[in-house]
Amino acid sequence: MPSVNLTVNGQPHSVEVEGRTLLVELLREKLSLTGTHVGCDTSQCGACVVHVDGESVKSCTMLAVQAEGTSVTTIEGLAAPDGTLHPMQEAFREYHALQCGFCTPGMVMSAIDLVKKHPEGMDEHEIREGLEGNLCRCTGYHNIVKAIAAAQEVMHGRRTALAPAEV
Amino acid sequence: MYDFAFHKPSTLAEAVGLLADPDARPLSGGQTILPALKHRLDRPSALVDLSGIAELRGIRREGDRLVIGAMSRHAEISRDPTVQAAIPALARMAGNLGDTQVRNRGTMGGSLANNDPAADYPAAALGLGATLVTNRRRIPADEFFLGMFTTALEPGELLTGIEYPIPDKAGYAKMRNPASRYVMTGVFVSRGPAGVRVVVNGAGPGVFRQAEMEAALTGNWSPEAVAGIRQSPDALNSDIHGSAEYRAHLVTVMAKRAVVDAG
Repeated sequence: MPSVNLTVNGQPHSVEVEGRTLLVELLREKLSLTGTHVGCDTSQCGACVVHVDGESVKSCTMLAVQAEGTSVTTIEGLAAPDGTLHPMQEAFREYHALQCGFCTPGMVMSAIDLVKKHPEGMDEHEIREGLEGNLCRCTGYHNIVKAIAAAQEVMHGRRTALAPAEV
Repeated sequence: MYDFAFHKPSTLAEAVGLLADPDARPLSGGQTILPALKHRLDRPSALVDLSGIAELRGIRREGDRLVIGAMSRHAEISRDPTVQAAIPALARMAGNLGDTQVRNRGTMGGSLANNDPAADYPAAALGLGATLVTNRRRIPADEFFLGMFTTALEPGELLTGIEYPIPDKAGYAKMRNPASRYVMTGVFVSRGPAGVRVVVNGAGPGVFRQAEMEAALTGNWSPEAVAGIRQSPDALNSDIHGSAEYRAHLVTVMAKRAVVDAG
């Protein structure tokens, strides 16, 4: 059985897997990091998005053995050790950017990669286009887009604190 | 997914040796083969991961050609200043296919070798008169694409890179299926060292050149030149997403938009 050496959320791991084991299976079943979800298992929905060496990927469409030597970040690895949320997580909470919550981990991980790739900032249309690989079957996109628009201001240092949502 | 052996060679020679096993398959970005294996459409004895082979990477300009290593990922191609300067239409294409996560993993070589009728790159390769370089030979794009999921690649032959002659103008337009986002019909146009080329993807079982539009654009490079040319629906795809007649209609619409995109 091949073994995979990788870093997950800052912790080094060496895990025995099969050739066919998917990265998401390694995360959920071997490391019990069940925050990464499997929605469609056909690379459409994006519930399984994690960061591999800083880039968002669908972990249901990557073999665990392909992650050899990489650094993986999952939703569990975003908050600070003292529990302080990542600005994107904070924005999703503030803007109520979730309904059932199933797509949320993938949305947050994709959104962070998207914001990092657009230091110039994105308008609503660009955010919607950028979320093409993530589906919310509650169709709750409206507040997700608002949350990302607010989070990018904090992530790029244009604001020190998140703009409060209008009630 | 059935289990398989996994190999990650660091040289092309080693990869070719491992692929001498007729049941072994090359693995590039995995965005097509992994979903296919999940559906048990194939049962390879081994996957040979090409991502560790330096000879398959790199993007560079060599005189009047742009050379892209087969393992270059879509996101990398879309952001590459050399591609953006030499063939901006190709950089835009790479940044506008699949979704962000697919673009972070999928490769140009993998897409060309797969030759999905709804893929984007075959239109660019044929539409620019590219040369597809393998571990054995150099194949002109005109001889590479042989129809649905079929190419001139032989067993044990690996695509190593693609050489694009740099055109004076090139543009691309596509109509995406609103749900799957795959190409319903796309048209790539270019004018340059390979002459005027007009290539249709997504509409038929494979990419094809549209000779009548090429002739019209040779004399008059403008959207109006192709506006009156009707593509025959014969041999185009008909499915629940659109009839052959609809796709034939889209060929003219996309050709006009592609010329506008080329400028």
